[in-house]
Amino acid sequence: MTDISSPNRVFDVTSDAARARVRKRYRAEARFRAYGIAAIGFAALFLVALITDVVYRAAPAFTTSWLSIEVPATPSDIDPKGDGSVESIASGNFDAPVRARLAELLPGANDRVARRQLNALISSSGTEGFRDQILRDRDLVGKTVNTRVLLSDDADLFVKGQATDVVERAGAGQLTPSGTEGTITLSGAPPLRVSGFASADPSTLVRISGGWVKITGQQDGVLTGDVMMPLRDTAAADWKLVTFETSEGSRRLGDREVVWLQTLTEQGVIERSFNWRFFTNGDSREAELAGILGALSGSLFTMMITLVLCLPTGVAAAIYLQEFAPKNKWTDLIEVNINNLAAVPSIIFGLLGLAVFLNFFGLPRSTPLVGGLVLALLVLPTIIIASRAALAAVPPSIREGALGVGASHQQAIFHHVLPLAMPGILTGTIIGMAHALGETAPLLLIGMVAFIVDVPSGPTDAATALPVQIYLWSDLPEAAFAAKTAAAIIVLLLFLFIMNGLAIFLRRRFERRW
Amino acid sequence: MDLSLSPIAHVDVPPDTRTKIRASGVNVFYGDKHALKDVSIAIPEKAVMAFIGPSGCGKSTFLRCINRMNDTIDIARITGNIDIDGQDIYTPSLDVVQLRARVGMVFQKPNPFPKSIFENIAYGPRIHGIAKDKTELEEIVVGSLKRAGLFEEVKDRLDDSGTSLSGGQQQRLCIARAIAVSPEIILMDEPCSALDPIASAKIEELITELRQNFTIVIVTHSMQQAARVSQRTAFFHLGILVEEGATDDIFTNPREPRTQDYITGRFG
Ligand SMILES: Nc1ncnc2c1ncn2[C@@H]1O[C@H](COP(=O)(O)OP(=O)(O)OP(=O)(O)O)[C@@H](O)[C@H]1O
Ligand SMILES: [Mg+2]
Repeated sequence: MTDISSPNRVFDVTSDAARARVRKRYRAEARFRAYGIAAIGFAALFLVALITDVVYRAAPAFTTSWLSIEVPATPSDIDPKGDGSVESIASGNFDAPVRARLAELLPGANDRVARRQLNALISSSGTEGFRDQILRDRDLVGKTVNTRVLLSDDADLFVKGQATDVVERAGAGQLTPSGTEGTITLSGAPPLRVSGFASADPSTLVRISGGWVKITGQQDGVLTGDVMMPLRDTAAADWKLVTFETSEGSRRLGDREVVWLQTLTEQGVIERSFNWRFFTNGDSREAELAGILGALSGSLFTMMITLVLCLPTGVAAAIYLQEFAPKNKWTDLIEVNINNLAAVPSIIFGLLGLAVFLNFFGLPRSTPLVGGLVLALLVLPTIIIASRAALAAVPPSIREGALGVGASHQQAIFHHVLPLAMPGILTGTIIGMAHALGETAPLLLIGMVAFIVDVPSGPTDAATALPVQIYLWSDLPEAAFAAKTAAAIIVLLLFLFIMNGLAIFLRRRFERRW
Repeated sequence: MDLSLSPIAHVDVPPDTRTKIRASGVNVFYGDKHALKDVSIAIPEKAVMAFIGPSGCGKSTFLRCINRMNDTIDIARITGNIDIDGQDIYTPSLDVVQLRARVGMVFQKPNPFPKSIFENIAYGPRIHGIAKDKTELEEIVVGSLKRAGLFEEVKDRLDDSGTSLSGGQQQRLCIARAIAVSPEIILMDEPCSALDPIASAKIEELITELRQNFTIVIVTHSMQQAARVSQRTAFFHLGILVEEGATDDIFTNPREPRTQDYITGRFG
C-alpha cells in the first residue's frame, strides 16, 4: 500500500503518460482559475469605472457656493412697517440691500440689462438666509450684518471651475486706454495672436488699471474693446491679457458675469460649503435649490406600501401553494401563471395600475400609495417563487420530526419549516424590493413623474420616486442638473446598499437562531 | 471489544399479553407500485417487535402506516385495517394529530429541530398542552432526557442547538423528544443505522429500558440487534410478511426457508 508505484498495479502513476496527464490537469485547473479571475476582474473594473464616473460627476452637487458679504440691514427695506415686528420683517425686501451691496462690489453695471445680469448671480432664494438671520436676532435691523447669500447655479458652476478656464498672461509694454467706460481703444499693443473676436472663439480680455476690457478688434497696435469693469484712469499702464477658454457662445454665463465672478473670487468673498440643501429640499426649477428629499421620501413611502402588501401576501400564497394546495390542474395553472407574471414587462403593470387603481378605483394620482400598489403587483411573483423555493428546500426530515411528535400540518409548517425558510424568503423579498426600487416605467404611467416641489408627508401626497427623479433631472438642459442627476444616482445606490445590508442583517439574525 | 451488553434473556411473550396493534390485510400502493401486500400482524403491548428484511421490502412503509405518516405522501394509498387498542386508526373520524401523539416515531437519520435542546423536547408537550406551567415543562424535559440517558451529557448546555450534538446524542435526543409526549407506542426506523457500536449499544440499552412502559416497534438491519432487543420478530420480503414469531424461534428455527436464508446471510 505504501509503494504507490508497485509494478503489479494496472495503473502506473509514475509513467510519463501519467505525469503528463497530471500536468495537463493542473494546467486545465490553472486555466480555469485564470478565466474566473479575469471574469471577476472584468466585472470589478466595470463596477469601479461606473462608480468613479458617477462619483466624479456628482461631486459638484455636494457642495454649494455662497457670497459671504457685509450687508447693511437697511430698515426701510427689511422692516417696511417700521415696527421691528416679526410680520413686518418677514415681509421685508431682503434682495434690495444685498443687490445694492453687490453693485458696490462690482461697479459699472449701470444700465437695466447689466443690473439684471448682476442680480442673476444670486439665487432666487439666495437671501433667505439673510432674512432668517434677521428674524432670529431682530436687533440687527439697521446694523451692518455679515451674511451668506446663495449663488445661482450658473455662478456656482463657474466657482467650481466648470464654466470656463480663465488664463492670464502678462502683456508686453504698456497700454494707453482712451476712456474708462463704454467702448474704448487701447493703443501701444503688440499684435495679438488670436483668430477672431466672434462669440464662437475664446473670449479675449485685457486687464488694465483695475478694470476689464473685452477686446472686439485690433488694428495696427490699437485694440478696440468694451469695458466690462470700469478703469481707474486713462494713464498708460501695465496690462494683462486674459482669455476665457470656453467661448461665450457655449456657456451660460456671459463674459461680463465671468468678469464679475472672477473679481468676486479675487476679492475673497466667495466661499463653498457642503450642500445640505440637497438633502433637505424637494425638487425645484432652480438647480441650486433642488434637493432629493422629495424623491427619497416618495421612494420610501412607495417601498413601505409595497413591502407591507407583498410580503404577507406573497409568503401566504407561497405557503398555501407549496404546502396545502391540492395538486391538480388548477394549481398547475396558477403556478404557470405566476411564473409568467414574473416575466411580464413592468410597463404593463403601470398600465394596469392606471386602468384599475386610478381610473376604476379613483385613487389619487401621482401618489406613493398607487405606486406601491403597482410595484407590489410587480414584486409579488418574485416573492412567491423565491418563498416556494425556500420552503421546498427545507429538509423533509424536519417536517416529519414535527409531525412525528404530533404537530398538525400547519403547526409543523409555521413552527419549523417557515423559520428555516425565512432567510431564503427574505433574500427573495429583498431582490424583489431592489428591483421595485429601481423601477421607473410603471411609475411614469401612474403620474409619479410630475414636477413636485413639496416633500410628501405621507403615502397619499403627490410625490415622485428616486429613479423617476433621476430621469427627470437627466432630461434638463442646465449643466448643474447633470451633477444633481449623478448625485441622485448615488443616493439611489446608497438606498439599495442600505436595503441589502438590512436584508443581510435580518438573514443573519434568522440563521443565527441555529 | 466488550460492549458490556450481555444478551437479554428472551422472555417469550406470554399468551395472555394484550395485543396493542393489530393489522389485517394491509396493502400499500405508491402510485402503481404495490409496496406492501396483504400484511396481517398482531403486535403485543409493552414489548419490542423487530421488523427485519432486505432493503426495499416495505418495513418502513408498514411502520409509517402505524402512525399514518404515509398520509403525507401524495401518491401513497392504503387499504386494509390497522387497529390500536381495538380502534381503527383509519376511520375518518380519527384525528391524525392525536394519533401521532399516541404513536411516537424515531427516524433513521436523527432529525432534531434546529432549536435548543430544551426546545426540542419541550415542543411536543407544549403543543399538546401536557405541561400546566413552566416548572412542569422543565420536569418533563429533564425526565425525558434522563430516560433517554442523555441528561448527564447535556445538562449544562440545554440552550445549545440540538444540531450541535453528536449523531448518537442527536438520536437519543430524538428518542427523548418522542417519549416527552408520553406516547403508548414508539416506532423506530433503523435508529442505529447512523451510529457507531457504542452509541448503538446505548440506544439498545435504552430500548430495553423503555420496553417496561412502551410498546416498541423497531426496524433494523442488524440481526444481532434484533436478537438482542426484541421479543418478537417479523420478517418481510418483497412487500410480503413472510414470517412472524418469537425472536428466539425466528433466529433458531425459522419455519420459512427464505427467513433462514436471510438470517444466515445468503441473500439480502
Ligand atoms: N415515497 C415513495 N414513493 C414511491 N415509492 C416508494 C416511496 N417510499 C417507498 N417506496 C417504495 O416502496 C418500497 C418499500 O419501501 P420501504 O421504504 O418501505 O423499504 P424498506 O424496507 O424500509 O427498505 P430499507 O431497509 O432500505 O429502508 C420500495 O420499493 C420503495 O421503492
Ligand atoms: Mg426503510
